[in-house]
Amino acid sequence: MELLNQVTQFVISGLATGAIYALIGLSFAIIFNSTGILNFAQGEFVMLGGVLTIFCLNVLQLPLLAAIGAAVAGTTVAGLVFERLAIRPLKNATPLALIIITIGASILIRGLVMLLWGKDTQALPAFSGNDPISVVGATLLPQHLWIFGVTILVIVGCRLFFHHTISGKAMRACSFNPRAANLVGISVGRMILLSFVISAAVGSLAGVIIAPLTMTAYDVGVMLGLKGFCAAIMGGMGSGLGTVLGGLILGTLESLGAGLISSGYKDAIAFFILLLILFLRPQGLFKKGETERV
Amino acid sequence: MKSDKLKFLVFCLVVLVAPLPLGGSYLTNVLIFVGINSILALGLNLLLGYAGQISLGQAAFFGLGAYGSGVLTTVYSFNPWVAMVVVALCVAAFAFAIGFPVLRLKGHYLAMATLGVGVIANIAFNETVDLTGGPSGLSGIPNLSLGGVIFDTDLRNYYLVWGFALVMILLSLNLVNSRFGRALRAIHDSEVAARVMGVNARLMKVQVFTLSAFISAIAGSLYCHVMTFISPTSFGFHTSVELLTMIVIGGLGSVYGSILGALLLTMLPELLRTFHDYDIIVYGLLLIVMTIYMPGGLVGIPAALRRLLPAGKAKGGANA
Amino acid sequence: MKKLFCTAFAALASLCLATAALAAAPIKIGALFAVTGPASFLGEPERNTAQMVVDAINRGGGIKGRKLELITYDTGGDATKAVQLANKLVKNDQVVAIIGPSTTGDSMAVIPIVEKAGIPLIACAAGSKITDPVKRSVFKTAQNDGLAVARIYEQLKKEKRNKIAILSVSDGFGSSGREQLKAQAAAYGMQIISDDTYGPKDTDMTAQLTKIRGSRAQAVICWGTNPGPAVIARNAKQLGLHIPLYMSHGVSSKKFIELAGDAAEGIRLPSGKVLVADLLPKNDKQKASLLAFIKDYQGRFKAEGDHFGGHAWDAVMLLKGAIERGGATPAGIRNALESTRNFAGIGGVFNFSARDHAGLGKDAFVLVEVRNKDWKLVR
Repeated sequence: MELLNQVTQFVISGLATGAIYALIGLSFAIIFNSTGILNFAQGEFVMLGGVLTIFCLNVLQLPLLAAIGAAVAGTTVAGLVFERLAIRPLKNATPLALIIITIGASILIRGLVMLLWGKDTQALPAFSGNDPISVVGATLLPQHLWIFGVTILVIVGCRLFFHHTISGKAMRACSFNPRAANLVGISVGRMILLSFVISAAVGSLAGVIIAPLTMTAYDVGVMLGLKGFCAAIMGGMGSGLGTVLGGLILGTLESLGAGLISSGYKDAIAFFILLLILFLRPQGLFKKGETERV
Repeated sequence: MKSDKLKFLVFCLVVLVAPLPLGGSYLTNVLIFVGINSILALGLNLLLGYAGQISLGQAAFFGLGAYGSGVLTTVYSFNPWVAMVVVALCVAAFAFAIGFPVLRLKGHYLAMATLGVGVIANIAFNETVDLTGGPSGLSGIPNLSLGGVIFDTDLRNYYLVWGFALVMILLSLNLVNSRFGRALRAIHDSEVAARVMGVNARLMKVQVFTLSAFISAIAGSLYCHVMTFISPTSFGFHTSVELLTMIVIGGLGSVYGSILGALLLTMLPELLRTFHDYDIIVYGLLLIVMTIYMPGGLVGIPAALRRLLPAGKAKGGANA
Repeated sequence: MKKLFCTAFAALASLCLATAALAAAPIKIGALFAVTGPASFLGEPERNTAQMVVDAINRGGGIKGRKLELITYDTGGDATKAVQLANKLVKNDQVVAIIGPSTTGDSMAVIPIVEKAGIPLIACAAGSKITDPVKRSVFKTAQNDGLAVARIYEQLKKEKRNKIAILSVSDGFGSSGREQLKAQAAAYGMQIISDDTYGPKDTDMTAQLTKIRGSRAQAVICWGTNPGPAVIARNAKQLGLHIPLYMSHGVSSKKFIELAGDAAEGIRLPSGKVLVADLLPKNDKQKASLLAFIKDYQGRFKAEGDHFGGHAWDAVMLLKGAIERGGATPAGIRNALESTRNFAGIGGVFNFSARDHAGLGKDAFVLVEVRNKDWKLVR
C-alpha cells in the first residue's frame, strides 16, 4: 500500500514536470517545423520568462498579471530580434552553422541576463498560495494545477491556430514544402518570424508558470531546454498531441527512475531514453515512418 | 605535396622554438593546454570538418581517456604509458560499438544523440564516486616519465604534448590526402552519391568516429598526467561546445585551422581579461558573427580577401 | 665647487628616490576566485570582501609602510583555468602568497603548483582533503565540513534520533559533505537509512523525498547550496514530511529563507557565527570582528555580508598578521602562518600548527533554527 502511494506521488509529480517539458518541446517543434532549425536558445526563452516577470514584479512594481504579460511580451521581442539578427542573414546555412549560431545566441542571452540581473536565484510568489492539495494519496501544490491548466490551454490554442486559422495553415504549409508555399503566395519569411514569435511566447509562458516552484536564475534554461527537446523528439516533432504525450512520459519516467532506481542518474535516464528513441524509432513514438527523398 | 611537407617542417620549427623567448613565463603552461586542445580539435575536425558528422559529445571521449588513465594509474598502479594505450584502445572499441546506431542519424538528430552520449558520460564520472572520486575529483595522478626524465615541469610537458600533437598533425595530413580522406569528403558532400560510387559510407563513418574517439582519449590521458588532478566539470557539454567553436573559428576541414582555433580559444580568456565579466558576451557574439560572416573560419580569410580583389588582378578562380 | 655640489645633490636625490621606491613597492598578493560560473555564489562575495579588506588596510597606511596589491583572477570554477592562472600568479606576477580558490576542486588542482613553488596558499574552500594530509604551504580558512557534520550529529544524538536519510547535491560541496556524513556516522551511533543525491539545477525533489517519507528515517540531512535546498524545503512541506529537516552551512544566508518562504520554518542548520552575530553573548571573542565585517560589507556593497565572504576576510587578515610578524617573503609568511594562534576571525578562532593547517575547532559552528523568517540559536 505504501509503495502504491509512493508510486502515485512519483507519477503525479512526474506529470507536472512533464507538462513543462511538453510546453518547451512544443515551442521547439514550432520553430523546427517551419524552419528546420533546432533552436538551442529555446531554453533561454524559458528562462527569460521567469527572470523578466520577477524584474517587472520587484523592480517595476507591476501587479502579477501585468508583470507576466510584460515578461511574455519582452521575451517575444527577444525572439524577434534573434530571428532578424541571427537567423535571417543565413539563408542556406548548413545544420552545423545553425546549431552553432543558436548555441552562440544562448550563451549571449545568458551572459546579458547575468550582467543585467545578477547571478542570484530569485523566487516568484506562487499564484494561488502554497497549501498542498491531496489527490488519490498524493499531494500537489496549487501551482501544479496552474501548470496543467496553462498547458492544456496552450495546446488547445495551438491546435485551433494551426488547423483553423489562415496564418496557422500557412505555417504548416511552409513546414511541408517552403518552395510550394512561396509559389502560392505565402510569405515564407514572415511565417518564419511568426514561428519564432509564437515559440518565444510559449517558452516564456512555461518559464513563468514554473518559476514559483523551481525558482529562477540566469542558467536554468540549459537543462530545461535539453529536456524539452527530448520531449519533442519523443513526440515526433509534431506541433500537437504527440509532443505533449512525449513530455508527460518523459517527466513521469524521470520521476519514477529517481524514486525507484537512483536519484543520481535521473538525468542519465532521460537522455538514455532519448538515445533509445533516436536509435529505434527516430520519427518519434506517435508518427508513422518517414522516407527521405534524395 | 612538396609545399605541404615544407609547411609542416616550418610548423615543427615554430613549435620547437616557441617556448624559448618565453623564459619562465606562465605562457608556456598555457601553450601546453593549447597543445592538448589542438589534438582534440584535430580529432573533431576529422569527424566534423571532413566527414561532415556533427558531434556535440566529444568531451565524453576526452573524459573517458582522462579518467581511464587516471583511475588505472592511481587505483591499479598501472604504468602510465601502458594505461594510455589500453584506455585509448578501449575508448576506440566503445566508440566503434555505439558508432553504428549513432551514425545512422543525420543533422540535428545526430547532434542530439552525441549530446546525449556526452551528458551520460559526464553523469557517470560524477556518480561513480568510489572509482573516480566523484565531483570532488581525482588527485594524485602521476606525471609521465620516459627513461630517467620525469615530465613534471612546464617546459618538459610542453615538448611532450606538442610531440604528440605534431605526430597527430602528420597523421591527419596523410589521412586527408589518402583514399580514405577523399572518400570522407565524398560522404560529406553527398552520402547517397558516395554510396552509389561504391564507398561503404556506413563503415567509413564509424571508422572516422572511432579514430576521432581514439585521438580524444589520448588527449585525455595526456591531460590527466599534466594536471595530476581531474574533475568532472572539465568534461561537460560546455567543453564540447568549446571544441566545436575552435574548429569552426579556425576553419572546418583545415588541419592548421584546428591548431589556429585551439590557439585562439585557449588564449581568449587572456585577451578578454580586459573585459572582465563581459567576456561571456563577447564569446557568444564571436560565435554568431564568425558563423554568419566568416563561414570559412580564420584560415578562410586569405581566400576571402582574394575574392574581394578587383576582377582584373585575380588569376583565375580562387583555389580555396 | 658647483659641480661637486650638483653631484652630491644628485646622489642624495637618487638615494632618496630609491629608498622611497623600495619602500613604496607594494606587496603583491594573488587571489583566485570563482567569480563567474556555477560557484559564483562563493567567488563573488569572496572577491568583494578581499578587495574591501585590502583597501581598508591600504587606507590605514599598508603593512609596515608598504601597500598591498591584490591581483585577482577568475577561475570560473574550472580546474584547468585555475591551474593556468595559478601559474600566472606565481611565474609572471610573482606574488608572495595566494588566497583562494573558492572551490575544493580548484584548490586540489593548484596545490601541486604552490607546493612546488613554495608560495603559501590560503584556500577558501570547505573540503577537508585540502589540509588533510597537511601540505607545507597550504592553509585554509573555510570551516571543514566535518565540523558542521559533527554539530548536526551531536544534536541528533541528544534528541535520540539515530536513523537518518541523506540528500546531497552532486557537486564538490555536496559530495564532500556526504563523505563526512558517512565517515562520522558510526562515531555518533547514527544509522544511514538512505543516501540520495540530486543535481545542482534540478527543479523537483519530490521523488527522493517521497522515498524518504516512506522509510523509517527519523531525520533528513540535506547537503547543498541554493537553490536546491529551498526546493527541497518546499517539496518537504508539500509532501507533509513530519521528521526534522537539517540543512548544511551551504545555505546559511537570508537568501535561503527568502527562497524557501514559509517552508523554511523550523529548519535547522550549522552556521558560522556571522549569521547570528548580534545574538552572541558580549564576551564572545569573535563578536567585534563579526560586527565590523557585517557593517563594512553592507556599507560598501549594499548586501548582507555572508558566511562565504567571511572566508576571504579571514584569509586577508591572517596574511596581514603573517606579513607583520614574518616579513613579506613566501617563506616568512608560511612560517608566520603556521605559528598563528588565537586569531578571532569570521569563520571562528584560528589556531594553526605544524599538524593542523585548518585551524578551527567545533566552536566554529553554532546550530541555528529558522523562526519567523529569522535565525534563532539552538542551545
